[in-house]
Amino acid sequence: MSGRLHAHRTDGVDKNVWVEFTKLAADYKAVNLGQGFPDFSPPKFVQEAFCKAVNGGPLMHQYTRVYGHPSLVKSLSKFFSRIVGHEIDPFEDVLVTVGAYQALFCAFQALVDKGDEVIIVEPFFDCYQPMVKMAGGKAVYVPLRPKAEGDTVESSGDWVLSPEELSSKITSRTKAIVINTPNNPLGKVYKTVELQMIADLCIKHDMLCISDEVYEWLTYDGAQHVKIASLPGMWERTITIGSAGKTFSATGWKVGWAMGSGNVIKHLKAAHQMSVFDCATAAQEAVAQGFEREYEVFGTPESYFQQLPAMLQHKRNKLASCLQSVGLQPIMPEGGYFIIADISSFKVNDQSTEDEPDDFRFVKWMIKEKGLATIPVSAFYSPEHSKEFNKYIRFCFVKEDSTLDAAEDILRNFSQ
Amino acid sequence: MNIARHVLNCTKFARHSANINCTRKFYTSQHLKMSRHTHSKRIAGLDKNVWVAFTSLAADPSVVNLGQGFPDIPPPFYVKEALAKAACVDRMNQYTRGFGHPSLVKALSQVYGKVCERQIDPLKEILVTVGGYGSLFSTMQGLVEEGDEVIIIEPFFDCYVPMVRMAGAKPVLIPLRLKPGKRQTITSADWFLDPDELSSKFNSKTKAIIINTPNNPIGKVFTRDELQVIADLCIKHDTLCFSDEVYEWLIYRGHHHIKIATLPGMWDRTITIGSAGKTFSVTGWKLGWSVGPEHLIKHLQTVMQNTLYTCPTPLQATVAQGLLLNFELMGQPECYFSSLAEELEGKRDRMAAILQEVGMTPVIPEGGYFMLVDVTSLNQDLSHMVDDDDAAYDYKFVKWMIKEKKLAAIPVTAFVGDESKKQFEKYIRLCFIKQDSTLDAAEAILKNWSKI
Repeated sequence: MSGRLHAHRTDGVDKNVWVEFTKLAADYKAVNLGQGFPDFSPPKFVQEAFCKAVNGGPLMHQYTRVYGHPSLVKSLSKFFSRIVGHEIDPFEDVLVTVGAYQALFCAFQALVDKGDEVIIVEPFFDCYQPMVKMAGGKAVYVPLRPKAEGDTVESSGDWVLSPEELSSKITSRTKAIVINTPNNPLGKVYKTVELQMIADLCIKHDMLCISDEVYEWLTYDGAQHVKIASLPGMWERTITIGSAGKTFSATGWKVGWAMGSGNVIKHLKAAHQMSVFDCATAAQEAVAQGFEREYEVFGTPESYFQQLPAMLQHKRNKLASCLQSVGLQPIMPEGGYFIIADISSFKVNDQSTEDEPDDFRFVKWMIKEKGLATIPVSAFYSPEHSKEFNKYIRFCFVKEDSTLDAAEDILRNFSQ
Repeated sequence: MNIARHVLNCTKFARHSANINCTRKFYTSQHLKMSRHTHSKRIAGLDKNVWVAFTSLAADPSVVNLGQGFPDIPPPFYVKEALAKAACVDRMNQYTRGFGHPSLVKALSQVYGKVCERQIDPLKEILVTVGGYGSLFSTMQGLVEEGDEVIIIEPFFDCYVPMVRMAGAKPVLIPLRLKPGKRQTITSADWFLDPDELSSKFNSKTKAIIINTPNNPIGKVFTRDELQVIADLCIKHDTLCFSDEVYEWLIYRGHHHIKIATLPGMWDRTITIGSAGKTFSVTGWKLGWSVGPEHLIKHLQTVMQNTLYTCPTPLQATVAQGLLLNFELMGQPECYFSSLAEELEGKRDRMAAILQEVGMTPVIPEGGYFMLVDVTSLNQDLSHMVDDDDAAYDYKFVKWMIKEKKLAAIPVTAFVGDESKKQFEKYIRLCFIKQDSTLDAAEAILKNWSKI
């Protein structure tokens, strides 16, 4: 076949850090603190709900409602109405998607046209940039910056957005801003005052807000997750994205959702029905049952949404102190699955990776030579800012203690 | 406990939730020139959808639903069992390989390797997607763009045209035509593509042709000669071929499913699409696949990694097991790929006989699980349906039939472009992959047709 085959929209979006590093970790059989998924099982009640759904009537294995299985959209709207403080219509305001990933895809496809600008706060979950690009939009980046240098262990709360810098990036073509709270990879949990600053700009400049809140239940040290959609004037212009995978430690189920005002969600529905049409039925039913159960025990010690962050906080602390003890400087995350560490005090001697950024080199060296897999943080930055931030690597601590112990053994033997 | 108090007691959310209600009213009444919040151009006009329209009408439990194409018969028991087991394995509940779970792509390469008689690389020549639908989408987004033309054969599964449009390209339609002449029984084989007419549709802008065999809704199974005509044109004009073969196993006696990708010169320019939902009667699993040469599949993989990244793990693991089991049984009567077809042939024949008795003219399908029915001879007067005045006859007929006869079907003009509407507006589509009780109920309605 001669001539160009592929569509231009796939230009420049073919490289993918996960494909590259997951393969490397597998090839070297490394202890994997790279990709963000638990290596422990989902809670029993949710696994049981799935089995029950699978053994349900024949309709559990056939097509369900395009925009979301009825029992799921109803339980999501019941659950979140209480939290957002707004009556969420299950059929108008909720779209169920194949993971939060597909919700993001629908949002960009439905709302971003050629030439539209989308502000992305850095560091960002890497898919935002290629998705904006594929939709013909232009990504405009604003980095979170550490407040000050100091001797104390930095916290993700020390990394902030400059209102002036953010404001300066807004033009008449800015369609939306994408925020992620708790943030991947940094772990920052935006405070109300920080979200209010962003909300004020959204309202002033009539922008949409895409709020990726997949780690919403995972906050530590008393940090509180705040939904920007619940701030005055924001429900009508915010798309809030959530994930059953992260909520119930079942990333392999690929059930997510987009929630917001029906006027906006209806456009995501059109993009959804053009791309996948509908999502797998049984998994949706299981997630619905999961939310029904959590609705009843919400705020009590029985709630998985309390138990999981409590368990993860211990793991976070353990890994953080180990990193510190070997000279890697961790930045304590207020939320999420990850902890990033400053690798400046280490120098890598591997000529095969000479042309690559320092963090990529360090990660590859650590996989090959030490058998420990992580992800380089500059993968979460734009080309224009990645050089400023290529001294960090990202560890996932949502792992069994045995995995974390194995990682710690490797780290303690570093100097040898 | 009072919900409001309960929420306030949940310390995580107490701070912001308490103050919302007063300030919210103020802002929403002040409201919002949302003037800039229009949708992107690519989804313009894509919100209308025949399924959304007719599924809600047919959802009334008193309606016998032969409309949307899904089985109400259960899937093979081993498939449900395997899924329940898979969910108990920790790893099966977490992310798997983006382009397809390893055991699934290996099983697919085995099954299709045998069928196509070639080595298929599981990692480079296969992509697992969210249903056949997801494969169609990845194919269009990966390979089709503004300035391209894509040839679509009518009647077509309704998503082809909007997907081509969403990719920015121009759909070029060509209808299957009924061979002239009177005959006792009409079958899907009586519908054909005029080679000269087809040839006239190809030009330098033609990026691809989409074929669907067995065809939905007619049930036509393209013969080797017919596929050769299409292949010759693809090679002559250097175009791609997207072959939707989701009903590939549902072939009735006397007919054979031919994969256009196996014709000389075609492997390198064809994407072949399959479906676990249609293969194992589990449409609600939404798993499908694209098979083709690496230089094409890699672009579909790029789309996948930027749209939903990966498909659900336990479902993939289970389909892999189902495929391997049936791979061993291929050629034997217990193989689900052939036993389902045998079961459906009986239902097809039963449906056709009832329709003929009542005076309607079915088009007997050679494959698939749909049957077209020509309702002309019923002479049903629909002039009273003023609300749907500009709708085609079959849309009005189906609406009337759901309301008056409590039997649901799908209007066939949903599957054709405007210019071909007149040719197809006397046809409705019935789905016969239904259990006996459903078909009994449909039979009762049809037998009582002429009574008020």
